[in-house]
Amino acid sequence: MAEVSLRDVRKSYGDTAVIHGVDCAIADGEFLVVVGPSGCGKSTLLRMIAGLEVITGGEVSIGDRVVNELEPAERDIAMVFQNYALYPHMTVFDNMAYGLKIRKIPKAEIDTRVRKAAAILELDDDMLRRKPRQLSGGQRQRVAMGRAIVREPSVFLFDEPLSNLDAKLRVQMRIEIKKLQETLGITSVYVTHDQVEAMTLGHRLLVLNAGNVEQLGTPITLYERPASTFVAGFIGSPAMNLMPAAIGVDGASVALPGGVAFTLAFGAQNGEPGRPVTLGVRPEHFEVDDSGAITLTVTLVEQLGADTIVHGALGADEFDVTIRMRGVVTIAPGEKLSLTVPSEHIHVFDRETGKRLG
Amino acid sequence: MVENRPYLTVLTHLIMVAGLLIVLFPIYVAFVASTHLTEDVISSVQPWFGDQLIENYGTVLQSGKENAGGVPVSIMMWNSTIMALGITVGKIAISIISAYAIVYFRFRFRMFFFWIIFLTLMLPVEVRILPTYKVVADLGLLDSYAGLTLPLIASATATFLFRQFFLTVPEELAEAARVDGAGPIRFFIDILLPLSRTNLAALFVILFIYGWNQYLWPLLITTDTDMTTIVMGIQRMLFVADAVPEWNLTMATAILALLPPVVVVVVMQRQFVKGLIETEK
Amino acid sequence: MLKRVTFRNSWLPYLLVGPQIIITLVFFIWPASQALFQSVLIEDAFGLSSEFVWFDNFADVFGDPSYLASLQTTAVFSIATTALSLSTALLLAVMADRVIKGASAYKMALLLPYAVAPAVAGVLWLFMFNPANGILALTLKGLGYDWNHILNGGEAMLLVVIAAAWKQVAYNFLFFLAGLQAIPKSLIEAAAIDGAGPAKRFWTIIFPLLTPTTFFLLVVNVVYAFFDTFGIIHAVTGGGPYQSTEILVYKVYSDGFVGLDLGGSSAQSVVLMAIVIALTIFQFRYIERRVEY
Repeated sequence: MAEVSLRDVRKSYGDTAVIHGVDCAIADGEFLVVVGPSGCGKSTLLRMIAGLEVITGGEVSIGDRVVNELEPAERDIAMVFQNYALYPHMTVFDNMAYGLKIRKIPKAEIDTRVRKAAAILELDDDMLRRKPRQLSGGQRQRVAMGRAIVREPSVFLFDEPLSNLDAKLRVQMRIEIKKLQETLGITSVYVTHDQVEAMTLGHRLLVLNAGNVEQLGTPITLYERPASTFVAGFIGSPAMNLMPAAIGVDGASVALPGGVAFTLAFGAQNGEPGRPVTLGVRPEHFEVDDSGAITLTVTLVEQLGADTIVHGALGADEFDVTIRMRGVVTIAPGEKLSLTVPSEHIHVFDRETGKRLG
Repeated sequence: MVENRPYLTVLTHLIMVAGLLIVLFPIYVAFVASTHLTEDVISSVQPWFGDQLIENYGTVLQSGKENAGGVPVSIMMWNSTIMALGITVGKIAISIISAYAIVYFRFRFRMFFFWIIFLTLMLPVEVRILPTYKVVADLGLLDSYAGLTLPLIASATATFLFRQFFLTVPEELAEAARVDGAGPIRFFIDILLPLSRTNLAALFVILFIYGWNQYLWPLLITTDTDMTTIVMGIQRMLFVADAVPEWNLTMATAILALLPPVVVVVVMQRQFVKGLIETEK
Repeated sequence: MLKRVTFRNSWLPYLLVGPQIIITLVFFIWPASQALFQSVLIEDAFGLSSEFVWFDNFADVFGDPSYLASLQTTAVFSIATTALSLSTALLLAVMADRVIKGASAYKMALLLPYAVAPAVAGVLWLFMFNPANGILALTLKGLGYDWNHILNGGEAMLLVVIAAAWKQVAYNFLFFLAGLQAIPKSLIEAAAIDGAGPAKRFWTIIFPLLTPTTFFLLVVNVVYAFFDTFGIIHAVTGGGPYQSTEILVYKVYSDGFVGLDLGGSSAQSVVLMAIVIALTIFQFRYIERRVEY
């Protein structure tokens, strides 16, 4: 059990900086998910915590120790790899026991620990005797987790552990990982590019973009108050509609180029009249209202059963917008919808920096 | 095969059988000759096996051919075995560790070492025999097993094979081992070596054949008849002046010379095929 | 080239590459540079003094009619051996690719000659062509042809070519078969649906797709004929009769070890090295065009 803290952690290869200073304190027992598109540096960050990459700048500490110079084995961590990295020539039992053997833990205790972990993961005796290649993807995933559990580490590190599984298994294993982490209460850092995985698993999310922290917060904070257009576009599916707009002359409203104006919930403090901004509305926050000021011309309808996704063109300049409606809605391309958006669901971002206003 | 015309199938088998005859006939002829008395093969062809098998093979193994120095073929086979195994084991051992260093370690002069090894890939021993002979003579290794094997160990093929293989081993395996607390030596012994098993076997077959079949090098550096290897020993039996050519004994020796590598190929056919293809990649 | 994660250890890597580097330096780099060095020197008969002579040794080598003859002999020998073993191997591989029953038995038997040492292969064929009691020589005699490779240079050449090709067929067969099996069956089937018969399919589809394999084997076979056949020549003909089978490698050996002409032999070695390096570079340039096995 330990907290992990990253203080201005940086990484560069030669002159190329890939992580530009990450600060984050992870509490004991917390499940932190690092999420971002591929190439954002999330795996590099995790590998620096693991000790598999040299830390160029800043400090990583686990518990009360600064671990920058420690070997991975000395950091009291366990890691689950994307491709599982099971030793192909060893049985499942030996795979799980290998790290303990190296630590010269007595045979009897190794046996107890491996069997305990196997029981948690529902791997039976027959499975323990098999080689990794005789296992299915989901079973290999369990063994990889088991190898981490038997170590009884202070910190679990997960590097996209579910991305090699098919969709159905991925959902199932996601739930198991969440339960497991809650039961064991071990501090975990989990890297993924999948925002659904991130939202469902993490106590808090760290959104990384091109080596910079875009936002650190709980899933709901990220959903409700995204700190930037990047986070707004990344979290939530379908993605938030981001439209070019400008602050109205009164400074307290925002107008789409087509002329439709929304009242700003946060008042006029940021409201230099005419300032170019990006207006964000989540697809599920549009409401159909016959008196609504927004007119949408439907171009395409996707029926998902529980929801209906409607794509349409907004206003005179036909800006592409996606809206989500509950249940089955019968509507055909070419029809027009009148919409409103409650002002609390309007997000406004600076057009230049992409940062949230208000 | 797309068509299923009977005459094509018959033709195919006919050509294959002809191929087999060409391949196996010389061995058959030699084997038949090795089972006859000297007189019976000196001026005529024997179509079928004779009754001298045990006598002829016993003679060459125990006392060799009298008129060709009389070195027992068993001694030659022993020398060949030492040379073949020495080359095989030596090459594999030095290659696998140097490939390990080059792939898994970052150190000064890594590329320099790599190129030195790479150079040896280019030049077979045949083109540098004379100066190599001088070096071996200067080191006092003539007529010794070390002299027979060491110069032939210096080849890059095996190093390249292992390097190629190591590069295909997933990175995460080494990382997982590091997280598990395994150092470089443990990782090599516990993980990498077991994973290289099939490559080791394939290489063993190829190198054993290569070592056993060496000819020019043993010819140069052995003058002591007790150091003769069987493949070169045969040549000494061929040209014996003023003597009755004992073809039956020479052929018995030829059969004994080809037997060990042929047995290795038959028993380890899969590894042999893999080895042949891999070493040329 | 290098793993993402590498071990950090100050002395271990040097210890690991050490043995190979030492052996390479002592038995390869040093002698090879000696060969280069010797090739520009003339030593007196007692080895007491030597004189730097620039490229005189090379000039001598290329001015020597017997060397030029050997060059020609080598060309004839390697072209004949390569052509014979490649065409036989291709025919057998195409057939083996067609058979379903007994394919592995055929394959097994055809691979055997690879295990036989060149010198031993030479001895086997020498025995069959021996004028006094060889089965083939006597058969030829029965047909009215008096075979005697001990006196006839052309026959001697034919004998070593057959022995050299016989041994190499196994290797070529294996690679041709692998190349054939790498050709997608759907391609052959598509051609068959397009109306191409077996022979037409072979020349228009299969053979062009085998080009990378053929090319690769061409280089390997030339290298084999140049160097690995020393044992055959030495055991079967000793370069004779009248130098009619004296290939370059054999000449390096006989001039250096029998004739004791160090400078000349070294210069010949250097020429051979240049040939191998040229062939290797040639092969590496086309390596990416090789088929996947």
